[in-house]
Amino acid sequence: MSTTTKPAASTAPGGQRARARQPRRLGHTVIGVAIIAFMLFPLYWMLNVSLQPAGGAVATPWLPFDFTLDGYATAIREQGGNLVTSLLVGLGSVVFSLLIATPAAYAMAQFELRWATPVLFGILVTQMVPGIVVANALYSAYSDLGMLNTIGGLILADSAAGVPFSILVMRAFMGGIPRSIVEAAYVDGAGHVRAFVSVVLPMARNALITAGLFTFLFAWGDFLFALTLTTTEDVRPVTLSLYTYVGSFVNDWSPIMATAVLSSLPAIALLLVAQRYVATGVTGGAVKS
Amino acid sequence: MADVHAAERAAGRAKGAGAPVSAPRRGGRNLRTRLVEVAFLAPAVAYLLLFFGYPVVKNIVMGFQAYTTSTFYTGEAPWVGLDNYTAVLSSAVFDRALLNTVLFTAGSIVGQFVLGLAIAVFFRRRFPLSGFLRSLILLPWLIPMIAATAVWRWILDTDNGVLNRLLTLLPFVEVRPDWLTSTTLALVAVIGVNIWLGIPFNMTILYGGLQEIPDELYEAGALDGATGWRAFRHITWPMLRPVVTVVLVLGVVYTLKVLDVILGLTNGGPANSTQTIATLSYAVSFRQFDFGQGAALGNILVLLSLAFAVVYLRMNRRAVDE
Repeated sequence: MSTTTKPAASTAPGGQRARARQPRRLGHTVIGVAIIAFMLFPLYWMLNVSLQPAGGAVATPWLPFDFTLDGYATAIREQGGNLVTSLLVGLGSVVFSLLIATPAAYAMAQFELRWATPVLFGILVTQMVPGIVVANALYSAYSDLGMLNTIGGLILADSAAGVPFSILVMRAFMGGIPRSIVEAAYVDGAGHVRAFVSVVLPMARNALITAGLFTFLFAWGDFLFALTLTTTEDVRPVTLSLYTYVGSFVNDWSPIMATAVLSSLPAIALLLVAQRYVATGVTGGAVKS
Repeated sequence: MADVHAAERAAGRAKGAGAPVSAPRRGGRNLRTRLVEVAFLAPAVAYLLLFFGYPVVKNIVMGFQAYTTSTFYTGEAPWVGLDNYTAVLSSAVFDRALLNTVLFTAGSIVGQFVLGLAIAVFFRRRFPLSGFLRSLILLPWLIPMIAATAVWRWILDTDNGVLNRLLTLLPFVEVRPDWLTSTTLALVAVIGVNIWLGIPFNMTILYGGLQEIPDELYEAGALDGATGWRAFRHITWPMLRPVVTVVLVLGVVYTLKVLDVILGLTNGGPANSTQTIATLSYAVSFRQFDFGQGAALGNILVLLSLAFAVVYLRMNRRAVDE
């Protein structure tokens, strides 16, 4: 699954002498597993606690031998609606972000626009703006416009991560589309819009998927805007409810951890199903900016 | 900002020989075509102006206003000059928050970078399952930060947390540290969790940079006796430098504004011992409802971030020139 992302896979140092080094390489696997086990232990613990029967805040057993899904039943009963809210906000943010970021990325990559460089610079500067500064100003604006406690308001605010990221990732990709292919469409009489829709979009499919997946995760995992731009329990993303859940002097951690596991499912699914897009996203969004 | 140059270079590399596509009718770039071109970019630019430009400007303005709950009823926010800044800067919490911000950022960055680089260098070797294991390391970074802080709160619990249970299994360890409730340890614990959260990002980007270093360099170096640590010092580190710059600048800029981790673990407590400028700005605006002072703190945070980026990039450019 990982070979797709590694052009230099076969040229690691010592690759030629590989056969003589079989035992040593297995030793590396052992160290590698140890590193991952260390890094993922908190996630194992999350899962372990979520599967324990409710028993007050006592020391959790190391393994879930008393396996039960009670924690999940409670979590879905109490947090199901909030999970749906998060899902709506996440999907809405994907649709909105891709709708405005894709044409912009194409314009910046392929048109001779004087604006392209200042816009790129502006996008990089946005990365320095703290979320709390945005929230501070948006709160009063949202209050005036009646957008507090609305899904639409959260979609717009949460896209603040997805839009710049999507532009950067897709711009890097679309810059790589050979000029001749797009020009062929122009020769056939297509305008910018038709060339974009029927030639560029299909070619940029992978970049779109990468941008969309990450935009979803950003919006799904957002906490700051959920915390500041909602004031009632009507619209409450799962991140905020998890925070208030933990803060309320808990004596039973299994439903909390079950909620945490449920809120982590999109990330886990993404890593298992769409791993190659993840690698593109992490490096594409950061190194190429 | 040097990032722009890096981006241009990266884009240029990806593009190969391709220059920007000209308009449909070369030479005859009429008004309509131009309007269509602008329309591609306009919605995104409008969004960025509304959700980044406007908040930045609005915060600068709010910083000079008495902007409190009554503003929401009366619509009035009287000008108070520099009062918000003097109030904020002279408050007892500010010094602590500034110190915490510096310690939190420096501690997180050093930890994330060193561990991320070590893991990236390790995974440069090929061994069974290396690709699969390397992808799993991203999980802590992809799950919602609040979910991660929730489980860490339980791991770090003084009486029943798994960390203290492991510690007491060690010989000669009798204490159970109050990781999140002691004023001296809470900042250490918060930095530790933030390092854990940041390793995947650092590791992945640095790994990408390592992959770009041609193997011929290592082969040539090996002939001259440069292997192991010496190969790292004389080949890997100099070649990795541009990527290191990106990782460190982005890392610091992102860490300065961290809020989720601290709110999720300690809410800035106990007794402000984990309060940073970002969390203080949140608390002043959204708990004390003094949006003017909250905005002043936010502006100070932006200035810090800007100052770091400028100083670092300038220093780095000089170092590269020499």
